[in-house]
Amino acid sequence: MPQNQSGQSPKQQQQQKQQQKQQQNQQYQQMVQQLKPKPAVWKNAFWAFVVGGIISAIGQVILIVFKAQGLPEKPAGAAMLLTLIFLGALLTGLGVYDVIGKVAGAGSIVPITGFANSIVAPAMEFKREGYVFGVGARMFNIAGPVLVYGFLTSVIIGLLTFLVKGGGK
Amino acid sequence: MSPTKKVGQQTLRFTQPPFIIGKGTVVGDMEKKGPFGAEFDWVIDDTLFGQKTWEKAEQRMLLESVKLALKQVNLQPQDIDFLLAGDLMNQMISANFSARDLGIPFFGLYGACSTMAESLALGATLIDGGFAYRVAVSVSSHHDSAERQYRFPTELGVQRLPSAQWTVTGAGAAILCQQGIGPRITEVTIGKVVDRGSTDVNDMGSAMAPAAADTLEQHFQDTGRKPEDYDLILTGDLGTIGKACLEELLKPTGYNIVPKLSDCGVLIYDPAQDTHAGGSGCGCSAVMFCGPMLERIKRGEYKRLLLVGTGALMSPTSSQQGETIPGIAHAVLVEQ
Repeated sequence: MPQNQSGQSPKQQQQQKQQQKQQQNQQYQQMVQQLKPKPAVWKNAFWAFVVGGIISAIGQVILIVFKAQGLPEKPAGAAMLLTLIFLGALLTGLGVYDVIGKVAGAGSIVPITGFANSIVAPAMEFKREGYVFGVGARMFNIAGPVLVYGFLTSVIIGLLTFLVKGGGK
Repeated sequence: MSPTKKVGQQTLRFTQPPFIIGKGTVVGDMEKKGPFGAEFDWVIDDTLFGQKTWEKAEQRMLLESVKLALKQVNLQPQDIDFLLAGDLMNQMISANFSARDLGIPFFGLYGACSTMAESLALGATLIDGGFAYRVAVSVSSHHDSAERQYRFPTELGVQRLPSAQWTVTGAGAAILCQQGIGPRITEVTIGKVVDRGSTDVNDMGSAMAPAAADTLEQHFQDTGRKPEDYDLILTGDLGTIGKACLEELLKPTGYNIVPKLSDCGVLIYDPAQDTHAGGSGCGCSAVMFCGPMLERIKRGEYKRLLLVGTGALMSPTSSQQGETIPGIAHAVLVEQ
């Protein structure tokens, strides 16, 4: 094997070089972390709580109204969700929901209105690529993962329930 | 002595430095509201610029910036030998489609946000090499077309991180000529692709800063100059974080660029505009250089300005596949 002056094989030398480079990169990344401003976690959490709470309160009011109109509990709940989805979609279309989202963060993403936003926003965005390959194909760009893993989780829980409790009785 | 016009490792020194005889800038509303808003040639109020899509709007911006530059010096497209242009869109549609309309022999260039510096460097090289008399360069970026390609649909309610930068809606063009009056491109330093292992797509500044540091250090070594010899060292779109990283990176080298350093991404917006770490995109350095900075060189405020265009060479696909973000930086020396 060819040896150089320091008594290392080229392979060892190369490894050492690579290690050195990795170390330098790590040092640089540490420096970057120090220079980077941290997200305002408490402020963001506060606004997420406030806006998320307001959306939930609106949902509650809608539910009470539907029940007062004589709808039974379950259909009233479904009607409330549909109303919120409609409102989320409407506000997205009016260009308001992204403004709310900028302040509220998770507070407007987690409620069902955020889910509506995540479907309507790409639908609007990709309309320019046509109704088939634009709207149709890319509507679930953002919501897709939620749907896929939501379905997967429900299947797993269903199977577990079946195994633990037994079927049908 | 080497028979070429190369000085040192990576720098070209022109024997007949080309003149920048004309320029044109088109920006959006957000840029108009920035500190240099009044110094751009054309402000578009509507993000669609009268088109049906943002991509078409960006194409028109690039086209109009070239037309503005041509008009300024009373030239027609057929008077130009080559068009060098680029943008951020997939397959560079803005540049390609503008070149279709202009009918000038065309090189499409991609250097991410460093494309303006890259185009100026190559344009000047073509002229000094005797292959062209006049060259037009132009690059563009559009906030909304970039958002939908790189990030999320524009109406999605998401929070941007403090390190995120705002893609500039803007197109800048310049006409270079072998003869004329005005600022001249005297040297260019072509950068290497540098990767220090950054992976955060919400922080491009720190991914590009090592490339800028590498190119600057090389430029100083090649030319034997020091930062004090420049009136302004202007990086493309490092933003506040990238600029701080660059300053840190150059400390151990002994080149103190801090008093001379400025960044287009930091300058273009007012901090009150809430863009977080500043502006970015091809258009950022293009409109700042071709607009306010070129004007200041002409007025004599800056006699020697070093533009360091910086680019992050990633795609959404490479990032999703876990690749790091390499950066590149080209330096263009402009003297009165």
